[in-house]
Amino acid sequence: MAEINKLDYKGVWIVAEQRRGILHKVSFELLGKGREIADALKCELAAVLLGYNIENLAMELIKYGADKVYLIDHPDLKDFNDEIYSSAIADLANMYKPEIMWTGATAIGRAFFPRVAIKLNAGLTADCTGFEIDLNERNLFQIRPAFGGNLMAKIITPERRPQMSTARYKVFKALQKDESRKGEIIKPQIMIDSSKARAKMLEFIEEVETTVNITEADIIVSGGRGLGCPENFKMIRELAEVLGGAVGASRAAVDSGWIPYSHQVGQTGKTVSPKVYIACGISGAIQHLAGMQSSDIIIAINKDKEAPIFSVASFGIVGDVCEIVPALTERIKKG
Amino acid sequence: MNIVVCVKQVPDTTNIKVDPETGTLKRETAGTTINPFDLYAIEEALRTKEKLGGKVTAITMGPPMAKEILKMAIGMGVDDAILLSDKKLAGSDTWATAYALSMAIKKIGFDIVFFGKQAIDGDTAQVGPSTSEFLDVPSITWVKKIREINEKEVIVERMMEDGVDVVKSTIPVVLTVVKEINEPRLESLKGKMRAKKYEIPIWGINDIQADENKVGLKNSPTRVAKSWTPERHFGKVEIMDGADTNEKVEKLYMKIKQLGIIK
Ligand SMILES: Cc1cc2nc3c(=O)[nH]c(=O)nc-3n(C[C@H](O)[C@H](O)[C@H](O)COP(=O)(O)OP(=O)(O)OC[C@H]3O[C@@H](n4cnc5c(N)ncnc54)[C@H](O)[C@@H]3O)c2cc1C
Ligand SMILES: Nc1ncnc2c1ncn2[C@@H]1O[C@H](COP(=O)(O)O)[C@@H](O)[C@H]1O
Repeated sequence: MAEINKLDYKGVWIVAEQRRGILHKVSFELLGKGREIADALKCELAAVLLGYNIENLAMELIKYGADKVYLIDHPDLKDFNDEIYSSAIADLANMYKPEIMWTGATAIGRAFFPRVAIKLNAGLTADCTGFEIDLNERNLFQIRPAFGGNLMAKIITPERRPQMSTARYKVFKALQKDESRKGEIIKPQIMIDSSKARAKMLEFIEEVETTVNITEADIIVSGGRGLGCPENFKMIRELAEVLGGAVGASRAAVDSGWIPYSHQVGQTGKTVSPKVYIACGISGAIQHLAGMQSSDIIIAINKDKEAPIFSVASFGIVGDVCEIVPALTERIKKG
Repeated sequence: MNIVVCVKQVPDTTNIKVDPETGTLKRETAGTTINPFDLYAIEEALRTKEKLGGKVTAITMGPPMAKEILKMAIGMGVDDAILLSDKKLAGSDTWATAYALSMAIKKIGFDIVFFGKQAIDGDTAQVGPSTSEFLDVPSITWVKKIREINEKEVIVERMMEDGVDVVKSTIPVVLTVVKEINEPRLESLKGKMRAKKYEIPIWGINDIQADENKVGLKNSPTRVAKSWTPERHFGKVEIMDGADTNEKVEKLYMKIKQLGIIK
């Protein structure tokens, strides 16, 4: 592989994500962390924004910490497209040579960043939850969980640039929005040629969920096989409702048909890291822990005091969920 | 139709035990198995063949013992299996793995390549889309349903955080699949018999004309500088004791109120 001159590469880039004109919050969070790393490296923090009719969003990115926004506004960028987006970002990176390039570890980020990394001959670290910088070598330490969170790894990309990572949502802190912040909006001349794309988005079908999306929620109340029957999910929903949270579930509950798969937390479900996770009648199998153990506070309610869920919980009640959960809901309602 | 399915051998988390002293995984007790997501990829490959005809080839890159999961794939009904195994490939990251797989897939010949959503050891979900870039074909990740498929085109539903994107692509294409897409079949008796007799070809990097300067630990862009087991609350849980439900609930209520969880 041809040697590159690492010093040719400068600046921290956040590839922002927007869908239908709304910026994903992970973009602001990454700007927050990016600001810290860019300041340490004494370089610029830039956001990259692709889409159509989205110029108004560029200023938002500046207010959240970007010095610059590279904006590409083009009709063919209206919908996310793996091939078009990855070509555009790779072209931009070849043009400006950023030293570090991040995007959110979302469905979109995880779909197209790998393609960009191959085009750029760069390494890519998935789903990072921490970043540190080594100022001597200007190497980025990319910290990430593997093995469903049972192992942590610190990854470096010593010889290639840019240093690319996707980063987990709700881990990094966004800066306070600063309405007075000024920055530059740059509109680079990049060829967008949609005729080259062989895949095309036909339509979007919104999933109408009555409850809050669990990956977004600050509080999740989850139910497992310990609930005993589907009807008992009602008390989980009621507790979630008084707390303003979302409803999660173990695979056992999902496989029993008590609740749809979209609520499943764990290795083969969703990974969540809310402020509070309340596990009701869930044993805490490794595959379940994989999806929720990075929650700030874990509360377990289980009749078996030996249940492994207590090994990751901060607080717990040993007892029958069918008594505890309704009593807790009532107590909260009473205030 | 030339259908290829990529499968990986991973530690078996169903048998993994947590050390009660430290809260860490006892990995040595684990054993290995096929990456659970790859079963859905195999099933969808078989269903696609049942619809359009052709042949399904399963491939894995790994140590010689990774043969076991290929035997399983044959048991389920794939026609052929290939083990990509070479000392020079050891320690490859997702970039190098995707490169090597793409060279092997080119040699096999392909119309559709199926991948699992992610492997449960590395959890990266990067090998599928990266391979598609090396193959210079479109990729659609996190597919939960194939709506329509023929020799030239495929229409799929892709799982996003807020719903479903319906995407149409020309063939050849790379698809990575999620659990919702199907219910994987079990190995059949006939399949198991066939697997017993089937001699799995082993390809090294020379067989696939891969550049040895692009594979293996030392040519991988990313490097693991350090790894460790995360600290857990282990043994530090505060149990809300009480004579009855009300007392326990009252204690928990006060606790969550203190923490500002309820206003
Ligand atoms: C490859 C693979 C992937 C997997 N992926 C996932 C995943 O993504 N998510 C996931 O959750 N699981 C996953 N699993 C399954 C996992 O191994 C467990 O089987 C599952 O999490 C168990 O769910 P549970 O805790 O609800 O049920 P159980 O293990 O049956 O536990 C029920 C618990 O409820 C308690 N209980 C019973 N009655 C009461 C009561 N009245 N009051 C209070 N407590 C009570 C019991 O003490 C017990 O601890 C996976 C498994 C495999 C092999
Ligand atoms: N060594 C490998 N050999 C064959 N397929 C692989 C290998 N590693 C990953 N894959 C495939 O790529 C998918 C995603 O894996 P990963 O990117 O490692 O999370 C898996 O579900 C497999 O289909």
